[in-house]
Amino acid sequence: MKAVKILLELFLMFAKIGLFTIGGGYAMIAIIEDAVVSQKKWMTHEEMMELLVIAESTPGPIAINCATYVGYRRKGIWGAAISTLGMVTPSLVIIYTISQFLDNFLEIGIIASAFHGIKVGVGIVIINAGLNMLKKVKKAALPRVLMVFGLIAMLTVNFLSLNISSIALMLTAGLISLAVFKVKGGMAE
Amino acid sequence: MIFLDLFLGFLRVGCFTFGGGYAAIPLIRDVVLDYGWLTEDQLTYMIGVSESTPGPIMVNLATYVGSSQGGILGSLLATLAVVLPSYCIILLILILLKNIIRNPNVKAMLDGMQPCIIGIIVATGVQLSLKACFPHGSMDVRALVIAAILVGIIVFCKKTKRKISPIKLIGISALLGILFYGI
Repeated sequence: MKAVKILLELFLMFAKIGLFTIGGGYAMIAIIEDAVVSQKKWMTHEEMMELLVIAESTPGPIAINCATYVGYRRKGIWGAAISTLGMVTPSLVIIYTISQFLDNFLEIGIIASAFHGIKVGVGIVIINAGLNMLKKVKKAALPRVLMVFGLIAMLTVNFLSLNISSIALMLTAGLISLAVFKVKGGMAE
Repeated sequence: MIFLDLFLGFLRVGCFTFGGGYAAIPLIRDVVLDYGWLTEDQLTYMIGVSESTPGPIMVNLATYVGSSQGGILGSLLATLAVVLPSYCIILLILILLKNIIRNPNVKAMLDGMQPCIIGIIVATGVQLSLKACFPHGSMDVRALVIAAILVGIIVFCKKTKRKISPIKLIGISALLGILFYGI
């Protein structure tokens, strides 16, 4: 009975976080920290920092990484599954509902005009988000070169409609960085 | 088969998106345009909606694309696929590989991927902006004016050290759209 109660608590907590955070992962982290560390005291601040490092170094939505981690700490595999389920449920319900109406919505003049504007806004918001992320890049030659490589390669791929995926570009950059690390290590020895 | 395609397509997105929602956008664009599931316009609209509704952007986009291609089952499968890699990897790290994150080789690889991803994100933003301002090769003056106003707002906020959230920017761009393109 107690186990069911803990699982229910996890589900509701992450469903609430999923429902009230708009604008992606990083907005969510502060809220998760507040709920899990300050209010529930399930984890310490240090554990939360470790979780962030893991979340940033592993693929997938950061919010899902956090939910899985916290859920596992609290109640093993089931805790992880239920927390993750809680996190995605609001999105599923809201977006599924919107998807049923979006095409009809777009036939209304004023909505179509609004989306003309949003189309411009989305591009600008993405550029801005990318530029903000630049602050996290180490100020050294290699990261800068790889940044410019990603930028130019992706623009070229897009304009020439080449069949190269962004995954291939990312992995190339990762391997270059690994090779440089190995060569440097070899020279140091 | 569409359900298998949706699952595999979004599994790819879930496996390779490092560093949050914006990093997912180029990958989802690859998958969606490769399979021809949505037009570029539809996808851009939905990115706007995903940024203005609650929940992780990646999950929102997966749900939408899934539902548009395969109804409720499609949206469930696409969402499951985008979440599954992250779920499994975190469990693996917690149970077996506590120290893999600190492995210097893994770290060197991730350190190289991060700046490249940022470059890819900026390139995707540039691409979408150009498509919005120069649709089908012709110039859309109203779109250019909206873009200029938005850039002005961002620069003003940076100079005065104010924060402006993506959702506010999307809201403003919707209002500007109504203003310039009419009711």
